[in-house]
Amino acid sequence: MTWVFDHLGLLGGLTGTHVYLALVPLVVGLVLAIPLGWLASRSRPARAVLLSVSGLLYTIPSLALIVVLPGIIGTKILDSVNVIIPLTIYTVALLVRSIADALTSVPATVVAAATAIGYRPLRRFASVEFPLAVPVVIAGLRVAAVSNISLVSIGALIGISGYGVLFTDGFQLGFMTEIVVGVVATLLLALVADALLLLIGRLLTPWTRAGR
Amino acid sequence: MIEFQAVTKRFDDGTVAVDDLNLSVDPGRITVFVGPSGCGKTTSLRMVNRMIDATSGTITVDGNDIRQSDPPLLRRGIGYVIQQAGLFPHRTVVDNVATVPMLAGWPRHKAKKRAVELLETVGLPAELGEKYPAQLSGGQQQRVGVARALAVDPPVLLMDEPFSAVDPVVREGLQDELLRLQDELGKTIVFVTHDIDEAIKLGDKVAVFRTGGVLAQYDKPSELLARPADNFVASFVGRDRGYRALGFLPASGLPIGELATVELGATAVDARSALRDGWAVVVDGARCPIGWVSEKHLATVDGEISRDSSLSGGSLYDVDNGSLRSALDAALSSPSALGVAVDSTGAVVGSVTADDVLSALAAARTAGEVPQ
Repeated sequence: MTWVFDHLGLLGGLTGTHVYLALVPLVVGLVLAIPLGWLASRSRPARAVLLSVSGLLYTIPSLALIVVLPGIIGTKILDSVNVIIPLTIYTVALLVRSIADALTSVPATVVAAATAIGYRPLRRFASVEFPLAVPVVIAGLRVAAVSNISLVSIGALIGISGYGVLFTDGFQLGFMTEIVVGVVATLLLALVADALLLLIGRLLTPWTRAGR
Repeated sequence: MIEFQAVTKRFDDGTVAVDDLNLSVDPGRITVFVGPSGCGKTTSLRMVNRMIDATSGTITVDGNDIRQSDPPLLRRGIGYVIQQAGLFPHRTVVDNVATVPMLAGWPRHKAKKRAVELLETVGLPAELGEKYPAQLSGGQQQRVGVARALAVDPPVLLMDEPFSAVDPVVREGLQDELLRLQDELGKTIVFVTHDIDEAIKLGDKVAVFRTGGVLAQYDKPSELLARPADNFVASFVGRDRGYRALGFLPASGLPIGELATVELGATAVDARSALRDGWAVVVDGARCPIGWVSEKHLATVDGEISRDSSLSGGSLYDVDNGSLRSALDAALSSPSALGVAVDSTGAVVGSVTADDVLSALAAARTAGEVPQ
């Protein structure tokens, strides 16, 4: 415990970086997954291709991806993009299926009614179809957020600091406390992120809880 | 108002949904498209607001060829009520109705105010406005659907099997409500249904479609019943066609006979002395009929005549605007074979008999009032 209080500055900095490295891929991944999910909900061939590709992407081992990626895209070895891009890929892979399924399950009569009262397609998507998909999207985001928070730690192996640094240092020094602190901090952060997303979801969808 | 000129719709797979349709919808009236499934009635309706585009032919609304218009703008000017209401589950009832005026560019507060007014117009309490569609019954949802379609007061209303998903009792209430609204609003309504009884009840004119998208007959309901164009229409119009046609003949000339009445609370002895040919109608203080008593039945009654101790009666015949059908049904459904005739307040005015109805029918036929 004293170690924690002696290193509050370090832990604060690591938390900031860790959140940044997990959050940016979550947001970018969502923004990319919405049009892809829409495409997959619209055409059967697009659905087949997008869903199998995203399934495949998710099976690439994270460590391999993080190590190999800088060589492929030519970024510097300590660039945080090296972590952000793989995590974005995983987020997209997770969300495309959720969003496609959520959009497919919007009742046809609701979409037809929206068209019939004069919505143009883009506005109809933004005002009717996507809001109805929000509960499923939030569920997907919760999985992606927790998964990102856990995967960010691997960045420490290529020198990108997050809580992962606590593990690498702890192992090198044989210092157990640091490792335990890293595990607890990761867990706490995951719980907080999950609770926040749950809260945002509830605020966005009062209609799902209206009783008779 | 709405004109179909040689309109054909052929889908990509080659099926012809609508085959060379020529039809003119009367302004300010209800026109019903009816037919078995696959007859093209819904496709025809959806071509009017370009939810589906015709393969060939021309549709005009108010003289304008709809192909010249931008579909979303065209749709904002035409009310549309869909099966199962099609309400937006994530918006409150008021917001559902306000969607249409807001799409038309109204400010939010004005759109909401209009939405609240419309809930009253379709007979919904204002406090339902803040609920979500899932909290409403099927019938209430359908009323919200109608309110939404009326939101910007469009001259044309398209209704696509709007009442098919609600139970028969609620459906009848919604039909009556629609007729009442139409009396006030005088919209040009195109209504699609597969239910011929609904078509005959609601339609000023009815278009019967047959499988393959061919218009079989387009006529007033009374003509449809009296003179079906062919065997398909005759069988589609269904059983009891002759009996149902009586519904379109006014019973104004029908003689009203005398009827013995007994007030609620009278003693069995008084009731017995009031009987006429062995029967009397029990009435309440406002002379509204409660049921019947007969000589045989009174033998089992002790003390006063009550609601429970009278025999249940048949349907009632309204002398002011009843049809020969309602008069005949009143006579046939009455335990005494005398139909009870009431005035507009529901008070008993006399009796009708089946013989009189048939004589009146014969007289109307001689006078040429019955379509042949």
